[in-house]
Amino acid sequence: MAVCIAVIAKENYPLYIRSIPAENKLKFHYMVHTSLDVVEEKISTVGKALVDQRELYLGLLYPTEDYKVYGYVTNSKVKFVIVVDSSNTALRDNEIRSMFRKLHNSYTDVMCNPFYNPGDTIQSKSFDTMVSGMMLQAC
Amino acid sequence: MDPGLGTTSGGLYLSLSENEQRRYTDLLHTLCQPDSSGKVPVSKVGELFRASQLPAETLHQITELCGAKRLGYFGTRQFFFALKLIAAAQSGLPVRIESIKSELPLPQFMGLKNDSSELRISSHSKSAEISGPQSGMLAVKIPRPTLIKNTKHSEGMTEKQEPWSPPLSPIGSPPHSPGYQSSPLCSFGKQRSSTDHIEVSSETKHSSLTATLKEGVSSSNYGISTSHSHSTALKLQSMDRSTEEISSVYPDDLWRINEEQCEYYTVQFKTLQSDLSSHISGSVAKKFFTKSKLSIPELSHIWELSDVDCDGALTWHEFCAAFHLIVARKNGYPLPETLPPTLQPSMLQMDGASQEPKHNNAFFSASFELPPLSHIQKENSEEINAMESSHMPSADADVSSHERQSDSCKSAVSLTMIPEVKGTPTENLPFLGALAKRGNLKHTDRTQEMDPHHKSWTRPRSYSSTSIDDAMKKSEEPPTPPPRPQKTHSRASSLDLNKLFQQNNQGGKSAWLPPPPALPPRPLPSQVTMYNSGSDGASLQKAGHQSNFADFSKYIEESETSQTQPPIKPIRRKHRPESQNLESLETAASLPSSTSVSGSKPHLPVQKQSSKVKKATQTAIRKNKETNAVLARLNSELQQQLKEVHQERIALESQLEQLRPFSFL
Repeated sequence: MAVCIAVIAKENYPLYIRSIPAENKLKFHYMVHTSLDVVEEKISTVGKALVDQRELYLGLLYPTEDYKVYGYVTNSKVKFVIVVDSSNTALRDNEIRSMFRKLHNSYTDVMCNPFYNPGDTIQSKSFDTMVSGMMLQAC
Repeated sequence: MDPGLGTTSGGLYLSLSENEQRRYTDLLHTLCQPDSSGKVPVSKVGELFRASQLPAETLHQITELCGAKRLGYFGTRQFFFALKLIAAAQSGLPVRIESIKSELPLPQFMGLKNDSSELRISSHSKSAEISGPQSGMLAVKIPRPTLIKNTKHSEGMTEKQEPWSPPLSPIGSPPHSPGYQSSPLCSFGKQRSSTDHIEVSSETKHSSLTATLKEGVSSSNYGISTSHSHSTALKLQSMDRSTEEISSVYPDDLWRINEEQCEYYTVQFKTLQSDLSSHISGSVAKKFFTKSKLSIPELSHIWELSDVDCDGALTWHEFCAAFHLIVARKNGYPLPETLPPTLQPSMLQMDGASQEPKHNNAFFSASFELPPLSHIQKENSEEINAMESSHMPSADADVSSHERQSDSCKSAVSLTMIPEVKGTPTENLPFLGALAKRGNLKHTDRTQEMDPHHKSWTRPRSYSSTSIDDAMKKSEEPPTPPPRPQKTHSRASSLDLNKLFQQNNQGGKSAWLPPPPALPPRPLPSQVTMYNSGSDGASLQKAGHQSNFADFSKYIEESETSQTQPPIKPIRRKHRPESQNLESLETAASLPSSTSVSGSKPHLPVQKQSSKVKKATQTAIRKNKETNAVLARLNSELQQQLKEVHQERIALESQLEQLRPFSFL
């Protein structure tokens, strides 16, 4: 269902970014990059004292003509961005939330690996498998 | 093959070029040191043959061709013949006498050992291994019969004899050629001897792997003095051993951990974490596995595969699986995408039944020796002895280790052979006993630990726990409903009264009163009749109220038949329609007199039963009182409702009047 999935580190560089179809990679990269601003905006509105109350799921960041971009941020300021096709109207908010939850879980699994240094690009095969599964559901 | 071959080989003039001559002689002298009889030790020949990387079938043929099989030994001539045939085979020519008539390129051997060791022979014999599936191993069977003679561990070996088994295809192909395997071992031995002559195979495919291994070996050289490196060295050694084991195993069994491997892994686990049931933390494991010199991505992948519960720590089974994967990877096997089922902790738990965590340290050293002595082949037990002696915490153990080594050689062949090996010297008994224990004991204590890993373990994600307890409590409610009020107090009291009338008419007084004893009915009818007569008389007195009298009479009858005392009667009558209140009072007033009159008459005959009658009357009175109370309540409620309805009606009428002028208009 998702056309592009990206994991962005706290310092706003990508840890993992993958998109299908492969030829529009640059476009998706750019889209994810621009969405970072929106994410920052959303997480900055909540005050410092309310960090605990801030919800992880940010919802629709912005819609474009062809795509919709959803965001999710963890407590360690690692961002997940999912780009879905606008024509996929059947996609409900709950489904997006579940996708983010799965992403988050897989990300924590990757972090548990002592051979993974935080800040490295994610090269875990299980993570790849999970992402592929999410991306190919509708396709 | 040909019976005449023996003579053929003997009579055939083996033309060897100068190169070949030189090479063969070199080989003969450097590698194989023929004893005084001019025979080349079969073991060495076997090694060499294996190093040639030819399929065992070919080697078999070569042996037969060159006449050694027939003769039972390898003479110089036979040796040269064999070498030539090997060259031919490696060149792709069929193994025939004819093929060696021409000059051929020199045969290639990989990783020839320079060490001479009888014990390597013993390792060969052991190669015949234990674990059945590994029978396919590369082990050259040629040396077997002669090995028995040579080895000092004949006892155990005789049982181990296996017939010349057909070779397996993997022999020719795999990256783990025996020579490759043996080279690090050689190097190990050479570390001790401080000389290092490893002939790396010319085949490039294996060269890289050997190189990496050599690197590891050389790196371990530096660390050899420190205990730190011991684990590395052991690791490499184990890897080599298990390498050999793995190489010889069918691909299906590649992912199956043997007992020896398991023991070794357990030992390593213990060095990292003494408690077998707890975890190795991620950082500790990382340090340990990094020593294996695998690349970080690969290690990361291995970790991913083996840490099934994704908790950043390794349990014993996970550790074994990871170790096994590393060993496999070191030997060139590609890592699987998913964890093979045989390596999963749930599976390992069953396999690990032979492991008993409750080892004594004494047994540790013994088990320590086991993995080195794994079923596999080219183990140089001297090397191992030397290796492990350096690792022994106490110097005393060296001697004992050597002894144990030799004995364990017999026993190590297979743990299943334990019962047969019981005849060994007494000093081995405790060791063997431990082996037996390990072999027989089940992993009950592991089950509990592994239970969480059995299930598809997902980290507990946050979710609201269903309040099952609450639901259970709710089901216990509602408690039993309060007991229903007596029928007499129900709303349809009038119906009951009707019933009473009917009962009275029937005269079945006793039925109406639940408690009353059976006796009273007798006098009652008589009294009833008396009272009736009395009441009739009273009713007759008031001719003006006949209409009411009919009711009253009934009531009176009822009241009298119910044996209520006179004072109760008026109360009952108050429930009558209001219009009849006065009359009821009047009748009540009259009644007592009548009843007293009537009562006096039959007084004498009734006296005997009066006490019983009184009791019955009292209960009846009580009942009636209750009924009266209920009826009074009912009446008041109805009155209230009536008032409310009246008020509503008034309100509505007033509204209507208000609206009327409008409607008129």
